[in-house]
Order: sequence, then structure tokens, then C-alpha cells
Amino acid sequence: MPTPAETEALLLSLRVAVWSVLGSLPLAIAIAWLLARTRFPGHALLNGILHIPLVVPPVVIGYLLLVFLGRRGPGGMFLENVFGITLGFTWQGAAIASAIVAFPLMLRAIRQSIEGVDRRLEQAARTLGASPANAFCTVTLPLIAPGVFAGMVLSFARSLGEFGATITFVSSIPGETRTLPLALYAAAQVPGGEAQATRLVVISITLAMIALIGSEWLARRTRHYSSGEP
Amino acid sequence: MIDVAFTHRQGSFSLDVNMQVPDSGVTGLFGTSGAGKSTVADAIAGLIRPDAGRIAIGETVLFDSARGVAVAPERRRIGYVFQEARLFPHMNVQANLHFGGRRRGAASPDTFEQVVGLLGLEPLLDRRTRHLSGGEAQRVAIGRALLSGPDLLIMDEPLSSLDQQRRDDVLPHLERLAADTGVPTVYITHSIEEIIRLADHLAVMANGTVLACGPIQDVMARPDLPVLTDRRDAGTILLTTVAGHFDDDHLSALRFGEHTLLVPRTDRAEGAPLALRILARDVSLALEPPQRSSVMNVLPGTVTGIHPRGDGHVDVSIDSGQIIRARITRRSADDLSLKVGLELYALVKSVAFAERDAFRRHAAGEE
Repeated sequence: MPTPAETEALLLSLRVAVWSVLGSLPLAIAIAWLLARTRFPGHALLNGILHIPLVVPPVVIGYLLLVFLGRRGPGGMFLENVFGITLGFTWQGAAIASAIVAFPLMLRAIRQSIEGVDRRLEQAARTLGASPANAFCTVTLPLIAPGVFAGMVLSFARSLGEFGATITFVSSIPGETRTLPLALYAAAQVPGGEAQATRLVVISITLAMIALIGSEWLARRTRHYSSGEP
Repeated sequence: MIDVAFTHRQGSFSLDVNMQVPDSGVTGLFGTSGAGKSTVADAIAGLIRPDAGRIAIGETVLFDSARGVAVAPERRRIGYVFQEARLFPHMNVQANLHFGGRRRGAASPDTFEQVVGLLGLEPLLDRRTRHLSGGEAQRVAIGRALLSGPDLLIMDEPLSSLDQQRRDDVLPHLERLAADTGVPTVYITHSIEEIIRLADHLAVMANGTVLACGPIQDVMARPDLPVLTDRRDAGTILLTTVAGHFDDDHLSALRFGEHTLLVPRTDRAEGAPLALRILARDVSLALEPPQRSSVMNVLPGTVTGIHPRGDGHVDVSIDSGQIIRARITRRSADDLSLKVGLELYALVKSVAFAERDAFRRHAAGEE
């Protein structure tokens, strides 16, 4: 059985990943729709900026977050003074770091599935009395459900494995920001920590397997629901 | 009246449309592909916004560029049947049928039953849409449009994606719809057969403009519409009444004005209205009534127009109470010294009536 410290790291990892996925999902759907269905000045630029986390080292993202959203950063001071929210060195900060690093993965999956939906179905819905929002919710959204789900799984997996941005932005505070990868790294740094590291490796792999099997099962359910057609 | 008048530019293609559609019965919108028919449908339904113009159903203005009116498609109450069925793949047939009603105030159970019965959808209700054949899917799409409570139904070549057998499967349903639902319909097609079976009114489009619009027999009788007259099966339409049957000879007598026509036995009751299509190539002309000829139908009339064609033929319009057209060779026309005002006889071979698609109902209200 995992020790209390291990359980803590496991639960923290799950909490950070879940919040990171759920928090970024509405934004990802909205932006994916914008990119897939509209053309506006700066379309390519926005698309490029959103893909930066995919191509730069996560440490760069973590450092930028530290500069802008850390306690001394302009964004961090604004959040602290106006809303009383602190992101630096908190698990919420870890969730934000994860969300940003995983965002392009979720965005790409959702955008591709929106592009796969026949717009003529949405037109048909409009002629049958559905407003654009209603057509999106009752026709488009159910049809892209498998893509949305795939995006969530990718993003969740990326969040569980997040290391560089997290340790740079919120450090590795046991119980607050020390997720499984960070705990593993900490154990590996200590002389004689091999046994501890091995246990964390087993926990990580078990968690990943459970998540994979679970997502496969859910994906089948979702595909059945939206009846196979993109 | 449904007024459709607008201009619209789409890339290098520009439309200048002006037509009035009666607010009952079926109006055929006929034209070759690329004439702009679907763009007209999209403009009426609100799926495209024309550059300028006005579209109104009776008093209800749907689009008026001068007053800045452009009603959103979901508020227009236009039932639109597309070339492809466009059913929602994540819903079964029943949910597809209810989609419009849920959003526009559900159709009464009676209406639902009526539409389902009319289109033969009963056995399909619980099916998933991907398990439907093309003809079944198109019938569901028609039902879905009808059940959204439309003020106007637009069908954009609903049969064009189907093979001949499926067409024959759907067409009778369309004929019954036209008669039974009372929803004014614009039926877009490039098939003259479908027009003749379904439409009471006809609008003819070419190159982005409406060339003619009016009662079908008037438009079909016009000699100046190449999309109609350049066809091998060019002809006119006669509105007649069944006068009686001769069962031994397998013939029926039809009356129009003071004339009687003998045609292959029809199963229409005596007194029923019946429209006929007479192909110009099946009509020949004589200056005197032929003696002892096998041609049964000889109609006296007056030449009202002579229209030379490029291919050595001449189209002759004859007023015999209604307009009949004969396509004869130029040499025959010269031999007969045809001129406008000449009285002569139009000889109509009975076989011209034998085509199944020659029988067409009158406007639903007259039946």
C-alpha cells in the first residue's frame, strides 16, 4: 500500500490534472470553434501562439508564468490584490501550468473534429428553428463528442506527466505542488532514495494503465452515442 | 403571393431574380444545373444573404435590404428539403422528425400521424438514420421539414441523389403531399418529368435570372424558352376533363373546350380533371381533315406563331382553345404555306398520351 506521502502526491496529481482538463475544456471548445469555423485578422497568429507550448521546452512556459503570474509578476500582483488569488507556489498554479502545456493537444483534437462535422447539418438545423447556439449544442456538440473526449484524454495524460513548467513556476512543495513526477524526481535526488523512487514508478504506471483502460471504455461508449459518423 | 426579388453576386456568378410564387400548390423551379436555382432556395430560406432585394411571404417580410430587414433562418418558417437528406446522424428517425416541432411549437399528434402516414414512415420511426436507404432518408427529411410547421416548403432536387427505383418510390409520396398538406411548395428540379407530375406553376431559370413564371400550361406553351423548346421532348400541356370511358376499346374520352380527345384508358373517374402533355414531335398538321386515317385525334385550330429552329425544323403554335405545338420539317411548313392566322388541323397520335408521366393532377384545390 502507498504511504501517506505517496497517497498525497497521487491525489494531488489527480486533482491538478482534473482541474487543468475541466478548466481548459470550455475555452478549448470555444477557441477550436473560432479557428475551425471563422476567419478573422490574426487567425494564423492566434493559432501559432496557442501552439507555442507544444514546441518550446516546458521550462520556458514555467519561467514565463513565474515572471507574469508569480507573486512579483504584474498578473500575479493583480490577481492577489483584486481577487485575493495566489497562483505562485500553490496547486492552482500547478493546474494552470498543466493546462497551458496541455492546451494545444486538446485544441487540436477538438478543432479537427469540428472541421469534420458537415456544416450542412447545422444549416438544416437552422431551417428547422434552431438558433446558432442551439444548433451547436444539439447537433455539433454531440457529433464532436468523440473528438472532445480524445482531447480530454490527451490533455489529462499530458497533465499527469507535467514536470518542467510545474517545478519552474510553483516549485516542489510537498502536499501543495509536489505531484507524482516531482516526487519521483525528489526521491531520485536523495542518496538511498531508489526504493522510494521505484514505488513511485509503480504507482505512476498503475495510474496510467487504469486511465488508459478507463478512457478506452468511455471512448467506445461515446462513439456509440454519436453513432459513428464524424 | 410569395415575392422573391433580389440580386446577388457569388464569385463570378451573378443572379438577378424576380418571381412571384402563388401561396398554394406546387411551383416548379426549372433550369439546367448552374442556373442558380439552389441559390434562390438558400436566399428564401435565409442561408445566404442577397446583396439587395426583397423576399416576402404574403405580408411577412423575410428580407428587405432597403429597410435593413434580414430575418434569421430559424425564424423564417421555411421547410427546406435538401438534395442530400441531411438527417442528424446522432438521432433516430423519430427524433429527427420532432426536431423542428420541438423548437417551433410541437406539431399536433394528428399532424404527426398524418405526415408519418403520408410518407410511409411508420416502420422507420425507431431506426437509426445510417440504416436508411437513400429513398427512406429523403422521405424522412421531407417529413422533418413538414413537421416544422412551415409557411413554405422548398425542395431542392430531392430526388437527384436517388437512383431511378428510389425515385419511383418517393415520387408518389410527393404527389400525395402536394394534394394533401396544403403547404405551398417550391420544387426545384432539372427534370421536366418531375415538373409535369408535381407542379401547377412553373418558373424557368437560366444564367441567374427567371425567364418565365406562371401557370404551367402557359409557361410550357411559350415558344421563346430554349431550355424547354430545345428538348427532344418539348411539348405543351392541355387541361382536360374526363368525359367518359370506352372499356371495349381501352380508350377514354377527354374534353377541353368543345373538343374531345381519345386517349388510352385512364382510371380517373368521369368528370375528373386531367392534364396531358402533348409532345410537339407527336403532332402533325393538315390543311384539311384527313379522310380514313389511323389518327384518332384531329383538332381544328389557328396558327398563332411560327418559330423556325436551327435544325431544319419549325415549331408551330396552334390555338385550339388551348395551345398545342407541332414540330414539323421546314420543307413541310413551306409546302403548307404556313402563316399566322391560317386555319388548319392538328393531328395528335394517341400514343402521345401513353407515357405514364403524361398524366398529372390539377392544382390540389380543384380536385
